[in-house]
Amino acid sequence: MKSKRSIKILAMASAIAAFGAASYLIAADHIDAPAVTGTGSDITDFYVFQSPSNSNNIVFVVNVQGLLAPAATAAASFDEEVMIEINIDNSSTKDALEDLVIQATFDDGMIKVHGPSAPIEKGSNSTLLSTSSAEATITSYGSNPSIGENDGIKVFAGPRDDPFFFDLNQFKAIIGGTATSFNNPGTDTFAGTNVLSVVIEVPKSMLGSGSINAWATTNRQL
Amino acid sequence: MRGPLLTANFKIQNMITMKNSLKYLSLSLCAALILTFVGCDDDEDNAPAPVVMYEQEDHMARPAINTVFVSAGEKDMFNATSPSLQGPAFSTKFKDRLMALNPGYTTNLLGLDATTFTSVLATDVLSASLTGATTFYDGTNVLTGRKLDDDVITVELILIFGGPDAMSNPGLTDDHVDQNDKSFSTTFPYLASPH
Repeated sequence: MKSKRSIKILAMASAIAAFGAASYLIAADHIDAPAVTGTGSDITDFYVFQSPSNSNNIVFVVNVQGLLAPAATAAASFDEEVMIEINIDNSSTKDALEDLVIQATFDDGMIKVHGPSAPIEKGSNSTLLSTSSAEATITSYGSNPSIGENDGIKVFAGPRDDPFFFDLNQFKAIIGGTATSFNNPGTDTFAGTNVLSVVIEVPKSMLGSGSINAWATTNRQL
Repeated sequence: MRGPLLTANFKIQNMITMKNSLKYLSLSLCAALILTFVGCDDDEDNAPAPVVMYEQEDHMARPAINTVFVSAGEKDMFNATSPSLQGPAFSTKFKDRLMALNPGYTTNLLGLDATTFTSVLATDVLSASLTGATTFYDGTNVLTGRKLDDDVITVELILIFGGPDAMSNPGLTDDHVDQNDKSFSTTFPYLASPH
């Protein structure tokens, strides 16, 4: 397993090197990481907002595998060896250590949500929580959203329009020295592209009170 | 003479029987255990949970932090570092990067000097309110979450290039892409259907 992964990373690193400096600046978090570019663990965006349909809930969105062309979307799938984790620091000191985690795993066409619960271990290694809290069928391209709900937790996983918008190409031209300002109007580099989305809505009461600090990670099974 | 011999025989018989019973008992225990395990395989919900461990590969909190502030050679390292360790490792590097992007930086709309601004950014977490509006910036609330339609890039451009009154470098503080190409829904899962 290890050597297979090393070869994969090496191959990816070479591909990135071929792109050279042009790949330096890419958008929200799209293709930000040489080692995971183009894999199921490449996070493109992370959103945290109060539910538009229930003010007692918070919604977490983690998108992976950005810049999917419509023609490539049906074939895109979540990596079953990758666990998506939403880390939540709800301590009064905001020490940037996770007090709660929400973990999402993918298996046999299903997404399973674990937590929110205290993590078994903190930091850059993670252990899967033993019980799942909600699950849903992964929605396939072209189908209506399949929504799972249990104990007040809602979950969706599947392809969506990339919600991110930015004139990335003009920004790259500015950074590269071939332009001095943005255009008006600008051009959304992400228009017409898709991502694989995980959307999890949970009651605020499960997260603490006041405010939280949150971050999303992707984690490969050891 | 017969008495003791018979007694001894009886004892041996007894021991053999007992041994057999024990053998059968342990056999049936084994069978029960095997059946239990087989049963558990058929019904994963009741199985003793196997320990499944993972290693972190990517990290994201505030938009565009890694892409803008982390050098090409350290992007993977930043992604594999926990936020509590990112600040000490990256604050100075973020400040150097900020001053390279905008050599004229003094403070920004939030009143943060370069050292303060970049030390906040280097601990890459996204704050979210549990009690009110959740937005990256809506004119009133600052960094209380991130909504789907928040124009986060323009906010970050203003904070990096706009100076204390958001008026500096006007060509660099707005990419003039103000909304997504598809509208969002007010019902779960909120994101628009794919193209």
